[in-house]
Amino acid sequence: MPQSLGQLRKGQSGQIVSVQTDEAGIAQRLMEIGLLIGSHVQVLHEAPMSGDPIVVRVRGALIALRRNEASHILVSPIG
Amino acid sequence: MSHQKLIPDSPLMSEGIALVGNPNCGKTSLFNALTGSRQKVGNYPGVTVERKEGFAVAPSGARLSILDLPGTYSLDAATPDEMVTRDVIFGMVPGEKAPRVLIAVVDATNLERNLGLVLELRDVAVNTDTEVILALNMMDLARNRGVELDLESLATELGFSVISTVAVRGEGMEALLQEVERLLQKQPEKTKRSLNRDFLSKKPSPQEIQERFDEVDRILKLTLSQTLKPSVWTDRIDQFVLHPFWGFLFLILMLTVMFQSIFTWAQFPMDWLKQGVGETSAWIGGHLADGPLKSLIIDGILAGVGSVIVFLPQILILFLFILLLEDSGYMARAAFLMDRIMGKVGLHGRAFIPLLSSFACAVPGIMATRTIASRRDRLTTILIAPLMTCSARLPVYTLLISAFIPQRQIFGVWSLQGLLMLALYLGAVASGLIAAFLIRKSVMQGPRSPLLMELPTYKVPSLKSVALGLLERAKIFLRRAGTVILSLSVILWFLATYPKPGPMDPVDATRPAILYSYAGKIGKTIEPLLKPLGFDWRISVALIPGFAAREVMVGALATVYSIENQESNTTEDSHEALAQKLSHHWGLPTALSLLVWYVFACQCLSTLAVTRRETNSWRWPAFMLGYMTVLAYLASFITYRIALGWGI
Repeated sequence: MPQSLGQLRKGQSGQIVSVQTDEAGIAQRLMEIGLLIGSHVQVLHEAPMSGDPIVVRVRGALIALRRNEASHILVSPIG
Repeated sequence: MSHQKLIPDSPLMSEGIALVGNPNCGKTSLFNALTGSRQKVGNYPGVTVERKEGFAVAPSGARLSILDLPGTYSLDAATPDEMVTRDVIFGMVPGEKAPRVLIAVVDATNLERNLGLVLELRDVAVNTDTEVILALNMMDLARNRGVELDLESLATELGFSVISTVAVRGEGMEALLQEVERLLQKQPEKTKRSLNRDFLSKKPSPQEIQERFDEVDRILKLTLSQTLKPSVWTDRIDQFVLHPFWGFLFLILMLTVMFQSIFTWAQFPMDWLKQGVGETSAWIGGHLADGPLKSLIIDGILAGVGSVIVFLPQILILFLFILLLEDSGYMARAAFLMDRIMGKVGLHGRAFIPLLSSFACAVPGIMATRTIASRRDRLTTILIAPLMTCSARLPVYTLLISAFIPQRQIFGVWSLQGLLMLALYLGAVASGLIAAFLIRKSVMQGPRSPLLMELPTYKVPSLKSVALGLLERAKIFLRRAGTVILSLSVILWFLATYPKPGPMDPVDATRPAILYSYAGKIGKTIEPLLKPLGFDWRISVALIPGFAAREVMVGALATVYSIENQESNTTEDSHEALAQKLSHHWGLPTALSLLVWYVFACQCLSTLAVTRRETNSWRWPAFMLGYMTVLAYLASFITYRIALGWGI
């Protein structure tokens, strides 16, 4: 059951199933930085206090993004 | 196929070369390795993006011009930086011919993503007469992490040469330049096709991007036999640095060390410079006859320019920290940690370091906002940067606090003087945050730009890069001191010196010579405006030269209160004498009012000048001056009235 990446907690991972866009065209930006369909993504860190933004590992790189940005990415959780 | 004959030592100016690549791929190191100190920094027309050009010497001896284009993830540009890269490549920048050869710089430890841009560049090469070379950088790191890459089949798949490089060690540069030369000598095989406008303006759909990276994956499957292991050290360090508690504590510790270093380590070179300026003054004083020229040089030029140059050590030390943090990869983590807090007032996480820099001096702080991609976020940061208590305010704070605040302890522990100083600092930060909040609700509305930021693997900072960065900033700072401050100091000296009092005009303690000058007349004219704040004509006069640079204020006050600057006195003695005089002339309400004025007032021409340069318009420096003056006036007024009301 797909969840948004914005909902995952530290340590959880998933496989990206879709990238949704908005008026600002954020999907393109997310994909160009490596968040592509089929890629494996894991949440490695959460910011102090609020837990937002988060750091994920995807395609061998570490990407920091806010949970509302991450909510555009749907993943099917692993484990 | 005929080849153009290369004439050694002739500059190949008409055939440009450019470096393109993702952020953090080591492009700048490669640029430095190719060009050394033969670099020129400027601006692209109409935008506030830095234009970096350098000159490399090819194996044949020819001089090659190389542009270091801003890092970008793709040619579908979203920020001003990325737009410049795209526009330069497509030859759409006025006065900038499209580069003939593009060196696509790729981080070998990040191929899965970096190759995306490379495939876009391949499209450009296929459709135009632009040539592309792949510089596979950080090959040493990749090998250490287990990567095994078949370079030949990669070159075949891509359709252009692949040169492996280790930019920080200067490896691969010769091979790269040799290949560049070979390509420059090639006659264009196709007729020069003007770039298809549709090709350029089309924004790729998510589907197309997905396909592009599917192709990247296909190529890697063929050429990569061993995939990358995660960087052990980066992960270990991040466990600590990004820890919700320890990481945050570490950040606070970092900041404390930075501030300490600025106020203590900078002291020695600053005192040395102060002494140097003082001795130059004295030497000139001894060798020139009294007269306008001597006065111009000592009271005008040396006093004005000298008071600003003294800050060079502080600025360099702060920049040293910032460059080391940036180069090591830590800065991205700091931005991540601070993003949420800063977001509460509408600031981007990346605004953290520029605002921090502004505590030493807003000029480099404002320059540092170039890392903030979105114009709106960047402008907001620039507008509030001068509110951060810069080091030039300290002489005035110290003078007034020591003159008016008793050396008492509260609860036997906290010094009253120290507490007031701390209150001034914290008040400034609070006002900055409030100002940001209000600015984001009025003139700069809209959501923040996305954070979406890569955290690079940690690396030991390259001393060469850092040194070059420091040199560049020092040059910029000194050039500005030499132009804006110099001319203003001369003008202000003139206004404060002429006309001199006539033979019939009485000159005494209440009517010093400066009263008769233009500055004095202006001060007297402004006086009614500033009287509600508790400022008399003398403060008004001192504020005039104090407008050019904040530190000049103390000297101006000394002049207005006729503290003679004899050679036998040290600066400390005359400051003490001044403090004494002020404590007798002014009431506490006036002193507090002036302190508060100093927190908010935009009394720094360099800040306005750099704001104009960085925003490419007069509108924003004008707005900055306007809102800060209004803020200073209101705050001072309220402070004065409350202090009077309390009868202190």
